[in-house]
Amino acid sequence: MLEIKNLHARIAEDGKEILRGVDLTVNAGEVHAIMGPNGSGKSTLSYILAGKEDYEITEGEILFNGENLLELGPDERAAAGVFLAFQYPIEIPGVATMEFLKTAMNAQRRARGEAEMTIPAFMKAVKEKAADLKVGMDMLKRPLNVGFSGGEKKRAEILQMSLLEPKLCVLDETDSGLDIDALRIVSEGVNKLRSPDRSMIVITHYQRLLDHIVPDVVHVMSRGRIVKTGGADLALELEKSGYADFVEDAAA
Amino acid sequence: MNANTPITHTQAEAGLIARYDSARSGLAGSDAVVALRDAAAGQLRRQGLPHRRVEEYKYTDLRAYMKSSTPLAAEASADAAKAVLDATAGFGDLERYRIVIANGRFVEALSDLDVLAGEGVTVSDFNTALAGGEGASLLATPKSAAGDGTIALNTAFLQGGVMLSVKEGAEVSKPVELVHVAAVEGAAVTRCRIAVAPGAKLKLLETFAGNTGAGETNAVFDYDIADTAELTVTRLIDGDGEGARLLTTLARLGSEARFHTLGFIAGPSFVRNQQFVSFAGEHSEARLFGVTMARDRALADQTLIVDHAVPNCSSREFFKTVLDDEAKGVYQGRINVAPHAQKTDGEMMTQALLLSEGPEMANKPELEIFADDVLCAHGATSGQIDEDLLFYLRARGIPEDEAKTLLVLAFLSEAIEEFGEDDVTGMLEERVRAWLAARS
Repeated sequence: MLEIKNLHARIAEDGKEILRGVDLTVNAGEVHAIMGPNGSGKSTLSYILAGKEDYEITEGEILFNGENLLELGPDERAAAGVFLAFQYPIEIPGVATMEFLKTAMNAQRRARGEAEMTIPAFMKAVKEKAADLKVGMDMLKRPLNVGFSGGEKKRAEILQMSLLEPKLCVLDETDSGLDIDALRIVSEGVNKLRSPDRSMIVITHYQRLLDHIVPDVVHVMSRGRIVKTGGADLALELEKSGYADFVEDAAA
Repeated sequence: MNANTPITHTQAEAGLIARYDSARSGLAGSDAVVALRDAAAGQLRRQGLPHRRVEEYKYTDLRAYMKSSTPLAAEASADAAKAVLDATAGFGDLERYRIVIANGRFVEALSDLDVLAGEGVTVSDFNTALAGGEGASLLATPKSAAGDGTIALNTAFLQGGVMLSVKEGAEVSKPVELVHVAAVEGAAVTRCRIAVAPGAKLKLLETFAGNTGAGETNAVFDYDIADTAELTVTRLIDGDGEGARLLTTLARLGSEARFHTLGFIAGPSFVRNQQFVSFAGEHSEARLFGVTMARDRALADQTLIVDHAVPNCSSREFFKTVLDDEAKGVYQGRINVAPHAQKTDGEMMTQALLLSEGPEMANKPELEIFADDVLCAHGATSGQIDEDLLFYLRARGIPEDEAKTLLVLAFLSEAIEEFGEDDVTGMLEERVRAWLAARS
């Protein structure tokens, strides 16, 4: 599904190097967690996967189902099946959530050469999935993310993910700002999407999200590299001992 | 300005003066009106066209823009005007009554006079009133607009227009479209007086159709909104021809009166939409909105003065501008609060979105407050499309152009939706989409 090879990247504006040789392979159906201290490059990796233009790739490549992802614009990547659930979903005044969902779904369908959704089919899909995530009609009528609470924003992200049915889901600190109930609702929404032909990368600081979304593989990222890879138990180990060991390993 | 030094006239000014001298005897009005016309022409002779050294025209230099003068348009036949109207989209299928002014003159045959009479609305030729004993009083100018060069040109060259009055308590069931048609090319100079009697309600749509060629359109809309009356005006400024569009609103509100208006500029190469609003009675409200779109080398100017001369009135001014290419946008807004106008509530905001590196926006919101117990605020912003918003939309699969359209539409819709005239909202948003789709 996804192959990241020796990826080096820096911030385009000031040349600051963030990723220093990331290697990561995610097979279809797998859920990978990426953990690591602040500033290790986790969010940068997620933005680069989604196609944010603030970074410059200096070395390496990203293959998505054999295709060079770095040659595609953000919208082309989305149509190809990449979805980033934002850590800080952006407020878009004046664009009603419902209208936005329809525009996004139909844009992706057009890009893939598929017919646009009929309005009844769209409404049915939205209502069904919104109910699972406890997203009410009043929220769907409001401008996207405007005045949403932290939890509502994250639920709205997962709603978009459920409707767009991507092949690769990248969740950037989806647990941040969530209380226990919201965490459970969001995790259930994510788990519902787990399937043999869909992969996920879950970026988090905390073990607690991984109690709900149990990963197949856990990676530790530090200073722009993946420094340790293990099973779900690695997250538990980190919860006890912290990142200090790995940070020092990387520095050594 | 030194009145004693004769100025050197530009080609356009010399042409306009000659135009006045030849048109003078054929223009309507009583002797007193002719005296006012002569005085206005005298102002043109002495001061020339309004230019950048006149504060109110600092960003909209009419002297530099008008390269030549065009003769006043000849009278058009009703058939010719109808053909142009039939070919114009205007407000589409919207149910409405219509009053037609073609090339500066009221066209009775194309106006829905009988049904309007049944609704309590009387409409007559402005020139008839101008010839009567009260003619000169119809050309009165409020204090805040004194000496304005655009209004002086209007007074000098005024060809015609309508007098419209809504009788006491009448609520007109459909909007009334007051359309200016250019059936032949040439300048059109009009003045309309709209009087809404106590308790009456009127929704007015002001539109412009046809091609004026190089001729300017100079239209003054004079609204007299009586106590407890309500007037809503949607002014759609588009149409073909490179002539200047010089539009003036003069609005007076009695007590407990409402005036809501949207000035929607889409396309013409030179537009000045200026509004002078004054409160004469307490507990009244004026809400002024603006949506401006300009590209190429167009200039679009929304200027307003709201005069809070009495206490307890509120005004809201909310203007949105989108510019592309080498276009120039101007917003000049001033709220005046007189010393005794306590409890005035004024809130003014102007926001501009620049779609490329070329355009220029002049934002000038001003408050002039002489009372001490008021709530007044103003703000101005000017910027480009937010890259983070654009990335978010693209990350959901929306292509860049479509994402930009969505964002620009959302930006302008804030003003359209707060204006809140549901029956025109969809059509105006469609106009925005069409304007964006034509982006090269």
